Amino acid sequence: MPVVRPPTLPVGSVAVRGIISAAGYVPYRRLSRTGISAFMGSGGGQGTRAVASHDEDTTTLGAEAARLALRGVPAAVPDSLWFATSSPAYLDKTNATAVAGALRLPADVGAYDFGGALRSGIGCLVTALCGTGTTLVVSADQRDGLPGGADEAAGGDAGAAVLVGDGPGVVAELVATASATDEFTDRWRAPGEGVSKLWEERFGENRYLQLGQDSFARALKAAGLEVADVGRAVVTGMHGRAVGALRKKLSLSESAQCDDLTGSVGQCGAAHPLLVLSSVLEELASDPSIEPGTVVVVMHLADGADAVVLRTTSALAQWQPPRPVSRQIAQGAELPYAKFLAWRGQLKPEPPRRPEPARVSSTAAHRNVEWKFGFVGSRDRTSGAVHLPPSRISMEGGAVDDMEPVGMADVAGTVVTFTIDRLAYSPSPPIVFAIVDFDGGGRYPVELTDVDPAEVQVGTRVEMTFRRLFSADGIHDYFWKARPLRRGGAD
Amino acid sequence: MGSHGIRDQVAIVGMGCTPFAEHWDKGLDDLIVDACTDTFRSAGVDKDDIDAYWFGTAQSGMSGITLARPLQLRNKPVTRVENYCTTGSEALRAAAYAVASGAYDVAMAVGAEKVKDSGFQGLNAMNPPGDGTARTLTAAAMFSMVAPAYGQKYGVDEETMADVLATIAVKNHHNGARNPRAQFRREITKETALKSPRLAGSLGVFDCAGVADGAAAAILVRAEDALHYTDKPLYIKALSFAAGSGSGLIDPGYDYTHFPECEAAAADAYRQAGITDPRRQLAMAEVHDCFTPTELVLMEDLGFAPRGTAWKEVLAGTFALDGDLPVNPDGGLKSFGHPVGASGLRMFFECWLQLRHDAPADRQIATTDRGLAMTHNLGGYPGEMVSFVSVVGADLG
Repeated sequence: MPVVRPPTLPVGSVAVRGIISAAGYVPYRRLSRTGISAFMGSGGGQGTRAVASHDEDTTTLGAEAARLALRGVPAAVPDSLWFATSSPAYLDKTNATAVAGALRLPADVGAYDFGGALRSGIGCLVTALCGTGTTLVVSADQRDGLPGGADEAAGGDAGAAVLVGDGPGVVAELVATASATDEFTDRWRAPGEGVSKLWEERFGENRYLQLGQDSFARALKAAGLEVADVGRAVVTGMHGRAVGALRKKLSLSESAQCDDLTGSVGQCGAAHPLLVLSSVLEELASDPSIEPGTVVVVMHLADGADAVVLRTTSALAQWQPPRPVSRQIAQGAELPYAKFLAWRGQLKPEPPRRPEPARVSSTAAHRNVEWKFGFVGSRDRTSGAVHLPPSRISMEGGAVDDMEPVGMADVAGTVVTFTIDRLAYSPSPPIVFAIVDFDGGGRYPVELTDVDPAEVQVGTRVEMTFRRLFSADGIHDYFWKARPLRRGGAD
Repeated sequence: MGSHGIRDQVAIVGMGCTPFAEHWDKGLDDLIVDACTDTFRSAGVDKDDIDAYWFGTAQSGMSGITLARPLQLRNKPVTRVENYCTTGSEALRAAAYAVASGAYDVAMAVGAEKVKDSGFQGLNAMNPPGDGTARTLTAAAMFSMVAPAYGQKYGVDEETMADVLATIAVKNHHNGARNPRAQFRREITKETALKSPRLAGSLGVFDCAGVADGAAAAILVRAEDALHYTDKPLYIKALSFAAGSGSGLIDPGYDYTHFPECEAAAADAYRQAGITDPRRQLAMAEVHDCFTPTELVLMEDLGFAPRGTAWKEVLAGTFALDGDLPVNPDGGLKSFGHPVGASGLRMFFECWLQLRHDAPADRQIATTDRGLAMTHNLGGYPGEMVSFVSVVGADLG
């Protein structure tokens, strides 16, 4: 049902509802599509796609995006966290709880999954915008296809998070939404299957063109706007051909067209509209020549078409996104296609001849949830010594039970010494391991990730990142690793 | 309060040690029976003459039954001990204290490990259920951080450091080649060591201890009873033990160039034994050379060389079989192999052979007139370690 907000609402009014903050998380590795054709003899294409590391899944991708989204607005605490993905790390068990744990959200914040369909990401965003309270909408996806196929090349992995709420901090206010829903089978995947199947392409294109034009027109009408008023239009969907065709049909001005990131990141399923929206808002925020009031339309094609009309506010100029998507894209590093296949389970390399780790103890993990999910240590109130993991008795002075929790997830550090372990079990050997001293105190020996062994040196600056170390008996072991702070990465 | 030691109160009167090897044809029970049978014979006793047993194994079995069943001990006090790679030393320490206390007349320490039934290379710890945040790094990787830290602190360039570590590997293979019980009995060249495949950091295959199955044992009695069993007993001069708090892993002050637990254990042992100049008072030292940089750093932790100078002493051959202070004359963990629970007792076995002049002529050390030998045994990693040091002597007083 279309929701109408009067376009005359004064900017900065407490009644304004919209987006308070947004962030995308693009994993470090890039697969060059020409690398696919070089290996397979066919397929591939131009550009790159982002690839989640072997220690990332949709939960960690979403958590990293959510960390970035909240970092820009430290005072904001969501009432609820919604997580949408088409490739959940768990079924039955909620994945949003792990994201909430990584964010150290209070227990009274509801955390819910909206899973399965590619429409779930935009669905969460629309529902949050049209609802009440402060909602952190998180979406992440990892898109797979069979080797050499179109989905493998066109897909991408990323997370995105949008903080929706009310008040003067809103950087893009909701103006209107419109949805068009249709039951047809264009792309489908049975539970347990890793890749989609597709109907003949022309059928979906035909449906999506009609649905997209319809919802776009109704959204603009509800907003009382013309096509010419649209400052930026984000058009996304897994049906690349339909997306391209719709973009042409909408008669958008040239300046309204924006990079949909499919050439660099790939199409990231449920997360994609949120990712591109984040990128567009970051671009608008970074350009002082653009006045507040820019109309941004987000359109996503998935089993229908959803249109969201937003308008930037004067608060956008004060918003400082900690790590814009464009910078993350620029900082990516190439991943050989064979490694990509291994990480996606399409190619089984010889494993290290070491025992695989045992499953995580659920009870132990729960007792230590602040440490394991939040990377929270303890600091001796007397000596100031930081203990990782937290300790009841201090290593300096021996004070007993005189510690305060100290969150270390957002503290950068420096490599004191490091090594490469070619023997230890890892889903992707070798393990690069470093002794890290944190700024302001604290040391932790930790595995490095998103790193080429040759680039590590004593003195390398690192940040913590939430990862999945391994899985055993279907239980994922989430914990933290460190990764190099990339050029310009100091937030 | 105080660590008083039991100097000259307890004697070792019998020892045995199996070959350390990949014993595909022998199980833990066979290794236990072989080592114990030799040890009983060495002391001229049988199993019923032993009043209490301490059995060290890291992972090959649980409880005293693991020893009592293969030896068919009936209702003897048999205790299993475990303390990482110092497990064998701990078995002896417990047996020695039991005798010194007067609780038992004759006690036996047995250490055994069946490592090669796991199907995996190297040593693999079986950890209790946990929250999934514990490190899964190999010991090789943890110890590999020592060499660059040491080189940087003392201005030893990478090439020289590689030469130093290769010298240690060559020395221990040289010694092991003269030891019929050793796992690796082939001498190697520096070139072989330097060109071996890298496993962790700059550590190659020849920087790492051998992984073997084996068992070793010792029988202990009060010092005044020793000559009833043998005319060449070894007297216990010192037994010390230090367990670190693990804080080295999280203390920004720790620099990976020394092992404080080993320094503490050595200081206590020297005090117990009245040693003031270990380099000149000790005839030999068996040290825990799990990796070549470990042996390098231990030369300083144990007081054989001032800080920052051990690398020069290694190159000068100070610790060679014919050096000023022979270190690991039996080949050490490097070439004798490392069946975890047995290794600590294996170190005593070499002291037993050398101080009694029972070692093969081609590896008999020339320094035995000093009369004292040390064993040093550690477990864990830099920053989180347990360390054992003993001193034994051929004579009372």
